[in-house]
Amino acid sequence: MSIDLSQFFDVFFEESFEGLDAMESELLNLEPGKEDQETINTIFRAAHSIKGGSGTFGFTAVSDFTHVLETLLDQIRNGQRQLTAEHVNLLLKAVDCLRAMLTALQAQQEPEQQEANELKQRFEAILNGDSRSDEQGQATSTTDYTSEEQTHLPITFQIDFKPLPYLFKTGNEPLYMIAELSELGELETQALHDELPKFKQLTPDDCYLYWRFFLTTTRGEAAIREIFEWVEDDAEITIVQCGGLFEAPDEHTAEVDILPGEQAETELPLEVNVPQKPLHEVKKEPSAGKDARKNADPSTTSIRVGIDKVDSLINMVGELVITQAMLSQIGEQEITESSIAALQEGLAQLAHNTRDLQENVMRIRMLPISFVFSRFPRLVRDISQKLNKQVELKLIGEQTELDKTVMEKLSDPMVHLVRNSLDHGLETPEQRIAQGKDPVGTVTLNAFHQGGNIVIEIMDDGKGLDTDKIRKKAIQNGLIQAQDELSVDEINELIFMPGFSTADNVSEISGRGVGMDVVRKNIQALNGSVEVSSETGVGSTFTIRLPLTLAILDGQLVQVAEHTYIIPLISIVESLQIDITKVSNVGKGLQVLRLRDEYIPILRLYDIFNHKGAREELDKTLLVVVENDNYKVGILVDDLLAQQQVVIKSLEANYQRVDGISGATILGDGTVSLIIDISGLIKLSGLRRPGSSELLVDLKTDEGIPA
Amino acid sequence: MTERMNLNQQLVLDANADEKQFLTFMMDEEEYGIDILTVQEIRGWEPVTVIPNSPSFVKGAMNLRGTIVPIIDLRQRFGITHIDYGPLTVVIVVSVTLKEQKKLMGIVVDAVSDVYSISEETAKDVPDFQDSENAQFVHGLVNVGEKMVVLLNLKKVLDLHDKSCVKSNGG
Repeated sequence: MSIDLSQFFDVFFEESFEGLDAMESELLNLEPGKEDQETINTIFRAAHSIKGGSGTFGFTAVSDFTHVLETLLDQIRNGQRQLTAEHVNLLLKAVDCLRAMLTALQAQQEPEQQEANELKQRFEAILNGDSRSDEQGQATSTTDYTSEEQTHLPITFQIDFKPLPYLFKTGNEPLYMIAELSELGELETQALHDELPKFKQLTPDDCYLYWRFFLTTTRGEAAIREIFEWVEDDAEITIVQCGGLFEAPDEHTAEVDILPGEQAETELPLEVNVPQKPLHEVKKEPSAGKDARKNADPSTTSIRVGIDKVDSLINMVGELVITQAMLSQIGEQEITESSIAALQEGLAQLAHNTRDLQENVMRIRMLPISFVFSRFPRLVRDISQKLNKQVELKLIGEQTELDKTVMEKLSDPMVHLVRNSLDHGLETPEQRIAQGKDPVGTVTLNAFHQGGNIVIEIMDDGKGLDTDKIRKKAIQNGLIQAQDELSVDEINELIFMPGFSTADNVSEISGRGVGMDVVRKNIQALNGSVEVSSETGVGSTFTIRLPLTLAILDGQLVQVAEHTYIIPLISIVESLQIDITKVSNVGKGLQVLRLRDEYIPILRLYDIFNHKGAREELDKTLLVVVENDNYKVGILVDDLLAQQQVVIKSLEANYQRVDGISGATILGDGTVSLIIDISGLIKLSGLRRPGSSELLVDLKTDEGIPA
Repeated sequence: MTERMNLNQQLVLDANADEKQFLTFMMDEEEYGIDILTVQEIRGWEPVTVIPNSPSFVKGAMNLRGTIVPIIDLRQRFGITHIDYGPLTVVIVVSVTLKEQKKLMGIVVDAVSDVYSISEETAKDVPDFQDSENAQFVHGLVNVGEKMVVLLNLKKVLDLHDKSCVKSNGG
């Protein structure tokens, strides 16, 4: 019987990655000494199902590796072993390693064994409680060895194997196990038959024999345990190490009593030897699964959708079918006044249904932002350890939903920002105490919806941005002139300029000066914005604003001459008729409108787009005030038309990028209408920031407009 | 639609391996040919949406069943005097690969003419008249009966990043 197992691979990988994510987050919750049974159980279960699955599909490298991990977890779960910080670190590394292995397998490549072997060895060292094997591991980690070779010194184990009487009924045969044992090394067997009953009382299908083995092997205890894996619950198994450094302790299991503290110490030197991954790689890991899937076959990216969403879709479609039936029925009737009324009603219902259906289909792509947030506990833990800072990470609004494509592009900029907060923002515990702050710094990630936007705040309670330093650096880099008067906000804005970094020493974590401008560019590419606000000594907050989805936009249709354009509703502040008395001319042909206490530059759309035949008199036109990057401009249009949702289509796909246009859409009558890109429009108009020679929009940010 | 039918008939009749089929169209009394395999469909002219600040020969963008397709006036691209669009004016939607990207574009011509099977070897090189900007658009010249057909190099014609694309009023 042959079943093509490969059809289940996708599910297996998906579940395994989920399992790993669960393991990772639970591990981060573990505090040595205060471990919660349920947490350990969760981790154990995740490891166990990965082991089971990988065994089924023949990924032996994964199942072997998971097995040692599971053994350690099992011992901790049973209270046979005390959990130490070292264990947690090692388990986290193991999660990374498993993830890498599974990723490789998913891409149908041979997984990298080196790291797995090193880790496996360290696990076995812990399990054996043998400090000598640590040295061994250290020695071998620098040399090449293949996966199967184990390099323990030969150790003799005494194994007592006493099956419960019903062993045979479970389909197990001790003889096979003995045969397997003998493959591990030199085996000496004693069969004990003192429990054999009198012949008359003997039940032929019960097992009365038990055994004592002496096995001298280089394979370590885990290998032995593996043999007895299937009968663990059906037999009393005692594995005791004899010979070697330690006398066989009079205990139920083979583990040697080493205090957790000692153990951590003995293992510390090894820590140095394990190749540390550079941090910039770490940030990619949590999504390694996704990335790999993309690389392997872009068409197979899948998305898990809650059944409630699917159900509501089915309901919608049901209603749509009913409406369609109703409409076709009306179509067959003779046209009377009442049938026209019914038709109108039906069409209204159809419009309603379509809108609902559209919203629901879009909801399918929406995932809670916890998919991005979930990587940060690990990241923060790793970085704070590296920096010797104490950090508490708070996550708020994890259930806020966001389009999947936006989410994928969001995580890299966020990693940048969080890393910056940890590195530059937060002070060391000593500094914090000196300033009367809690030695533990806080980084808060907060997500919420606001209008049609999602807002993500990254807050830290560190020292804030050093405006003097930024200013000096900016002058030094020629970004501003020494005599320029800038407000605090304007100075803070400078950190988003290309090539800007205030870190004195370029550290491994940040400070290469490529960070913030890339962050801004990435977020602008998603039609979003990023701002910073900061107070010295109190902390800084980065605010990212993004549209919920990239595919649909609420638009205001405007008319200029005979052309119809769409202005994204989200950027419109207000629309008004111009009070001509409040308009004044500034410099070369630029007019500004005084609106309350602000001066709004007037951009004439027909002028920028070279359209003839538009209304030019200010008092006969309308001004649409839009905001971009905290800066308001007014766009002069002939008329305001309808507001409607439009599906964004690419103009670039068949043509090329057009300045001031972010895309196109198709209106109800089938004609094409172009969507205005506000920042591109400002750039086209050549408007400059007041008091500086700098254009309002960076001329280099060509990627600022999505395709 | 009649063009379409003719086209199909010819396709069946002239299935000769060595020869390529070319769709020809008329422009200012001249007959031009393009590889028929690039042709996606032929439509009548309908008003398009102006793309601001585009070269004058880019008439605008059209909705082709949900895809935004730019429309290029070939007369203006070649610098031939512009005529008003009439009922015979057609848009040939072609698909070309520019910079490894497949693009769908429409070209406005006076009228569709015929389909010929032409062996490319018989095509003659363009006489060397370097001053002419249009020379780069021409792939070769062939004689079909008494007529001369100009085979076009569509990639050159539709590559709008070309230096000859001077910005001018879009409307």
